[in-house]
This record gives sequence, C-alpha cells and structure tokens, in this order.
Amino acid sequence: MPKDTGIGARSKRREDVRFLTGRGAYTDDLAMQGQVHAVMVRSTVAHGRIVSIDTSAAAAMPGVLAIFTGEDFVAVGGNPAGWLINSRDGTPMREPKRPVLAHGKVRHVGDAYAAVIAETHEQARDAAEAVAAGTEIEELPAIVDMAAAVANAGNRVHDEIPDNLCFDWGWIEDNRAAVDAAMKAAPHVTTLELVNNRLVPNAMEPRASIGEYNPGTGDYKLTTTSQNPHLTKLLVCAFVLGIPEHKLTVVAPDVGGGFGSKIYHYGEEALVLAAAKKLGRPVRWTADRTESFLTDAHGRDHVTTIEVGATLDGEILAIRTNTLANVGAYLSNFSTATPTFLHGTLMAGPYKVPHVYVNLKAVFTNTAPVDAYRGAGRPEATYSLERAIDKMARELKLDPVAVRRKNLLKPDQFPYTTPVGLVYDIGDYHATLDKALEMADLAGFEARAAKSRAAGKLRGVGLSTWIEACGIAPSHLVGQLGSRVGLYDAATVRVSATGTIQVMTGAHSHGQGHETVFAQVVADKLGVAESAVEIVHGDTSKIPFGMGSYGSRSLAVCGSAMDRALDKIIDKGKKIAAHMLEAAEGDITFENGSFSVAGTDKAKSFGEIAFSAYVPHNYPLETLEPGLEETAFYDPNNFTYPAGAYLCEVEVDPDTGKVTICSFTCADDFGNVMNPMVVEGQVHGGVAQGIGQALVEHTAYDENGQLLTASYMDYTMPRADDLPFYQVDHSCATPCTHNPLGVKGCGEAGAIGSPPAVVNAVIDALHRGGMTQVSHIDMPLTPARVWAAMQA
Amino acid sequence: MTKVTMTVNGKSVSGDVEGRTLLAEFLREGLRLTGTHIGCDTSQCGACVVHVNGNAIKSCTALAADLDGADVRTIEGMANADGSLSVIQQAFQDHHGLQCGFCTPGMVMSAAALLKENPKPSEAEIRTYLEGNICRCTGYHNIVKAIMAASGQDVSAIAAE
Repeated sequence: MPKDTGIGARSKRREDVRFLTGRGAYTDDLAMQGQVHAVMVRSTVAHGRIVSIDTSAAAAMPGVLAIFTGEDFVAVGGNPAGWLINSRDGTPMREPKRPVLAHGKVRHVGDAYAAVIAETHEQARDAAEAVAAGTEIEELPAIVDMAAAVANAGNRVHDEIPDNLCFDWGWIEDNRAAVDAAMKAAPHVTTLELVNNRLVPNAMEPRASIGEYNPGTGDYKLTTTSQNPHLTKLLVCAFVLGIPEHKLTVVAPDVGGGFGSKIYHYGEEALVLAAAKKLGRPVRWTADRTESFLTDAHGRDHVTTIEVGATLDGEILAIRTNTLANVGAYLSNFSTATPTFLHGTLMAGPYKVPHVYVNLKAVFTNTAPVDAYRGAGRPEATYSLERAIDKMARELKLDPVAVRRKNLLKPDQFPYTTPVGLVYDIGDYHATLDKALEMADLAGFEARAAKSRAAGKLRGVGLSTWIEACGIAPSHLVGQLGSRVGLYDAATVRVSATGTIQVMTGAHSHGQGHETVFAQVVADKLGVAESAVEIVHGDTSKIPFGMGSYGSRSLAVCGSAMDRALDKIIDKGKKIAAHMLEAAEGDITFENGSFSVAGTDKAKSFGEIAFSAYVPHNYPLETLEPGLEETAFYDPNNFTYPAGAYLCEVEVDPDTGKVTICSFTCADDFGNVMNPMVVEGQVHGGVAQGIGQALVEHTAYDENGQLLTASYMDYTMPRADDLPFYQVDHSCATPCTHNPLGVKGCGEAGAIGSPPAVVNAVIDALHRGGMTQVSHIDMPLTPARVWAAMQA
Repeated sequence: MTKVTMTVNGKSVSGDVEGRTLLAEFLREGLRLTGTHIGCDTSQCGACVVHVNGNAIKSCTALAADLDGADVRTIEGMANADGSLSVIQQAFQDHHGLQCGFCTPGMVMSAAALLKENPKPSEAEIRTYLEGNICRCTGYHNIVKAIMAASGQDVSAIAAE
C-alpha cells in the first residue's frame, strides 16, 4: 500500500501553490527601495584588443549615475577555477585571470568590458549603446575551432598561453602502457570519432542579480539567481572583491531552473555589489535572453576518438579515448573538473573492463566559458561509450543487448574498483536492463517495425546502459584530485517551543521540490506532520553553510547532513525525556513521535519535549542545556552510483530524414526514493534535455566567433510536440551503502542515459532500412543530417 | 508618456507608459503583478502569456499604450474567488506539472485558453497548442497530463506523474 505521508509518499509539492498563483519571488520580481539599473556593455567581436573606451558622452546622458570599465577592477581579484588539474607531465594547468570586466582584451562575443548604472533600465540601455559607440576595439582573428587553436601558436586567446592549451590530462597515466598493449592484442578494435555537441543550458529564468550596500554598517547583500549561494559568497569575498565574509549575505530566492548554469559566480554579481557601494543604492541587473545565450556557461563541446578493444564474441578488453574539450575563453568555476574527474572517471561505464585510459586536452577558444551542464562530463563519457559499444556489436554482428549483458558487472562483483579510480559500492545493472526490456516490450518490436514499414517509415530501437557518479562529493577524494573546496553539506534543525520545525539546508531548490521532499524525511523521522516542517534554503544569513545543489547531491549529501542533525535532535530529546520522566537516558526509546521509558507506559510526546526545551523551569542546568536546535555537517565517504537502462524507439521518415520518438523507457536504480512523483519528474526533465541534445539542440559559432544561435529563433528548444510520454521505473533499487537514507540521486540521470539511446535507435532504423553504410551521425540528428547520411 | 486605463483581473487600473513599454513590463513594473514572467525577448518562450479580451497573447508582444480599455487577466487572477486553486491550477499540482515554476504562469494561461476553445483536447492537440510555451524542467509529460486531467479525461493509464 503506498504511503500517503513521509518517506516514499507522493506528497504534493507545497511550493506549487505560490508558483501557480503568480506569488513566486524570483530575483527579477523583487523591487528594492531606491533601486537603480545596470546594463552591461558587451563585446560584439570574439577577439579584440581594447584600444580606448570614451565614456564621456554616455556619462552626460539622462539618468546616468556611474560607468564602470575593466580599469575599475584591475586592483581586485579574478573569478577563480575551483579545481586544479595537472597535465601528464606534472605541470599545473594554465589559469588566466577572469576579471569582473574585461581589461586589455575582449575574448568572446558577449564579454563585458563596461557597465552603465542609471536611474531606469531604458536610460542605462541607451547609455550602454553610447559607451559602445565610444569604444575602439582592434579586432583580432577569432580562435573558434579547437584543433586549430592547439595547432596555431601565432594566435592566442590569452597572450601568455602560446598553444591555447589549459592542460593535457591523462587518466590514469600509469594505465597507458597496459591499455596500449591490450588494444594492440585485441582481436577486434572499434574506432569511433564523435562530437558531443555544445549546448546552452537555458534555464527559463534568465540570470539576474541585485546588489545592496548599507553605508551605515558596511554590510553588503547580493540577491542572485544561484544554485549555490554559499560558494558565490565565498568567491566574492575571498577571491574577487575582498569583502569580509561576515559582511556579505547572499540570497538565492526562488530560482527558475539552473541545470548547472547557475552554480557559478559571474562577473555581474561582483559588479552590482561594487556599484551598490559606490552609489549607496540598490543596483539591479537582469539578463535578456540573448545575454543568457552569450554569457551563461555552456555545456559539453567535446571532440572525441574512442577505441574499444574486444574479443570476437564481444567481451570488452580495453577502452581508450582521446578528447579535445572546449573550456571557452575563461575558466568557469568547475570547468576544469567537468571534462576530467566527472568524465574520465566514468569511462569504464557499468562494465567490467580491465584496461581504460583517457587523454583529454582542454582548449581555450574565443567562445563563452563551458562548464557543467546537467550531467556534466558523465553524459559525454556515457555517449562515447554507449555509441562505441553499439558500433562494436554491429561490426561483430552481435546483439547489442547480449553484448551489454556479457560485460555488465554482476551483483556479486560489488564493491568494484574500476581501472579509472572509482569504487562502485552496489548495483544491479542486469535487473534494470531486464526491466527496461520488459517495459518497452522489446519482444514486440518486430511487429511494430512491420507496421512502421507498411506506413513507409523506418523503425529502430536503441539501448543505453549507463552509470554515473553522484552525491558530489567526498572531500578526501576530491581533495586528492585537485578540488580547492570541500564538497560536504550542512543542515540545522530548529525545533520551536510549539513543536514546529525549521530546517536550514545548504542545498538549494530551484525546481527539485526540496521544500516538500526534505519535509517528508523530517516528518517521517520525527513522527510529526509534514505541515509542521518548513525547509529554509538559499540565504547565507540563515543557513550554517552549504555547497548548493548540483551533481545530484542534494539528498545524498545535504539530506544526510539533515538526517545526522535529526539524530542529534532525537538524542537531545531523550536527555530531556529522561529528566522529565525521571528515568535513565539509556532507557528512553523514541518511536512514532513519542519518547517513552522502555517497558513502561511512561511517555512524552515530541511536542511536550519541545515545549520543555524552551520552558526549562526545573532543568539540571549543569547537565542539560535548554533549547532544541542541532547542526550537522556531512561529508560522504564515496560517490553514489545511480545506474540504469534506457530504451528508445524511433521512426525515421526516409523521405525527409525526420526522426520521431515513438517511445522512451527508463529503468533506473536511484536507491531509496523519498517521493516517487518528484523523482519521476526529474527523470522526465532530464530525458527531455537528452532528447533535445540528440535531435534538435545545437550551439553554433561561425568562423569569426559570432554566436549564430543566440535566441530562441535560432537555438531549438524541445517543445511539447517533439516529445512523447515517457515510461519510467525505479523499482530495481539497490540502496546506497554509505549514506543514512540509502539514496543515490536522480537529477541528472535522464540527461546522461538518453542521448546515446536516441542515436543508437536512429542508426538501428537506418540499418534495418538497408543503409548499412551509416555507422554514425553527429548530434543533433536534424532531418538535414539524417537525410544527408542516408544519401551517402 | 501616454495614460492608459485597463481592467486587470477585474479591477480598473491606470498608469502612464512610454510608447515602448510592453504590456509585460506594465504588468510587472507598473502594477507589480510579477507572476507574468519574461523568459525571452523574441516571443518564443510563452512565460508571459496573459489573456487580453479573452484571448491568450504573449504580453511581451503587446504595447501597453495600445491596450487602453482592454480587459486583461493574469495568473494572479486565475484562482477561485475564495482563493483556492482553480481546476487547472489544481491539476498542475496534482500531476506535478511544474518544477521551477518560471514557465508555469504562461502554461496555465495557455492551458486555460486551450480548454476554453477545446474542452476535451487530445494529447496531440495539447502538445501542438503548447508549441509556443517552453518548459525546461518537466519534459512536458506532466503538463500534458495535467491539462488532460483538468479537462476531465481519465489519465490513470498514462505512466505515473
């Protein structure tokens, strides 16, 4: 019988009411007394030397209060990379300064080199045009193509980096010789060159920031569209502006989606704070959609050659990849971790593979910075692997399902140490595969294919069996791998005198439903009603600390911190109960919201304990403190490893190349599930983004570095009529072995597992239609690309 | 500046607007009805859909100065008179038809317009009608399901929320 409350219940989301009635409070919805408006002046060329900026005409325009240029921020710090990667030769990566405003050079279209503050948005916009008109930029040749960037020593994104290379990374370098030998000895080697297409995250809420400064106290406040307010605070204070950390509050109110792009600190956040201080008035900035396209951190953009060495019956012997990864013009905060430790470490997939080696070169180009986008590195690894294994099966004339069954790890092989540095704790990849095949009725495929044929369509089916490393991340591991931050999380549980509960979480919800789901966990554990629990997130002045929400980490890491804090609340409650019931603490048990003396009918309810904690009239104060509030920090000791099997059926129109998704089936193992409704919604959204990548989404720069897809007129977002109803299941659960809730995380799965399933299905359809010459088509599989491949 | 007077959610309001002021801006900044969102600048995303004289329009494509005398309804005016959620709003909550909530006001306004002209739309009709509303969170599954449910159709056979 499904539960109707607490852990496992399909509790309806409490946050929905404000969103459905127009009462959400997103950053741009907030009006501040005395506010003024910032507009950024952005480069229209991809690469250029700033010769001069004459702001005098703009400064004289109506309403203009201040103009900032790169010169104003020369003395302060840059926005740093959070992860140090060393090259194969041991040298550290190149880290050019990323200033608040460009100084000396502009390095991508959209790179801000000045900002105008005016009384109204329109006045600031008009004056920004005047600043642009007064600016002379000597245009330099744009560096757009990665291979050319590395080859051409004459043209540099950053003058001090001659080969435009950030690093040349090997993982694991000690594996290299053994992999080369195994590949050489392999009876069959499948080679595949592929592009993981560059994407723009496109949260529907554009980025926005409001800076405030109180000259009387010296306090700053930043309200911003962030997935990660504490990190933004740390970066602004410790690295960029040097504000004492206790003098800055960062608030991320309702945030309209993130998908990675709002993890990072951006220059506009520092700009509005500096401007607020200068003017003594709140300064607000909101991106328009084209600014979002030009300056939000993009995702993916890998060019990879993957080789899979195998026996003739499909047993994988070795995997080797060589990748060029675009980091864009500057290093965004996680941009060096995403293509390395979130990508190379996943290159064994869910398979037992003895030898794996990954080489990855990160390249600077005159394009927007590239960083983590939903899945972050893991979709790139999964796509390479699942496409290559499908190709291998085809070359060896083997069934792709059988090849996966042959290589998937078996349940009795856990814990399993991969050759690329991870220890998978638990999983049952055969169970999810079987479940997906059953749900999708693979047995009935031929009949459906015949029907499609009769209608003049080619039907195909594609499979992807995938794994990811989530619950980011164990500090002791990531520290060894170059992370400059710890990746624990924190929660404070505050019980009031009347027994209601507030939980302050370091995780931030921007669509994931934490306010509902975290409350379910608390209610379950304390035996109280969900309605008695409030989740507080997104305000650094209220929350002990936190590392935000990304990497499917919220429940696995912050939820674990909350669980630990709840344990402390129960322990304290037992102390109080022991005092009230005149019993030994060790004799107190807590069950169903009641503290009782074991073996007796003496008991106190949770509410009575809470009230007593705040009305401690007869407490033995030397041994029992009043109050009921506890904080816990939780640092995981391993990643979590969600995994699953996705099956996609498509129809291809042979006359036009148009691909239609007929069905999409997901069998996932997320460990324990707190709210199935929310988990299923996360999978739906991730799959839609993965199908978007596979079929329609693409970020195109021309050879001059102009972004051709800078609005929704040109960048195709998946619409309702591009997508089907999805079949999703999470019943094959193997609970995580090392966190208290047994959860693994579900936010990124859909975006990771789906692109190869779609592409494999299209290739399958073409082969079934007799076009066996088509071994690969690069994403997005637009009608034009598919049609062209069919004609080849 | 031009003075405009219109009825918004049943109340008469007026304000001075520039010639370039969009209805979306007038609602958000002039009237502080910030439920209507601006997600793009090219009339593609649909986060700003409102009803003007009974028709769903994108409020970023209409000039406030053109709408003197218009009857405008926004997301703030969609709940029942007693403040409870309308049938469509309730269906979105029941079927998890929203996540971050940013596109939601536009989705609800479009859904209401659809059901007015087509009280029992098929799945395909709903998907086609929503072509002008972009959601990045839900993959549309639960939005489509919520609209079918709001129109009184049995959605129990469609995969879970």
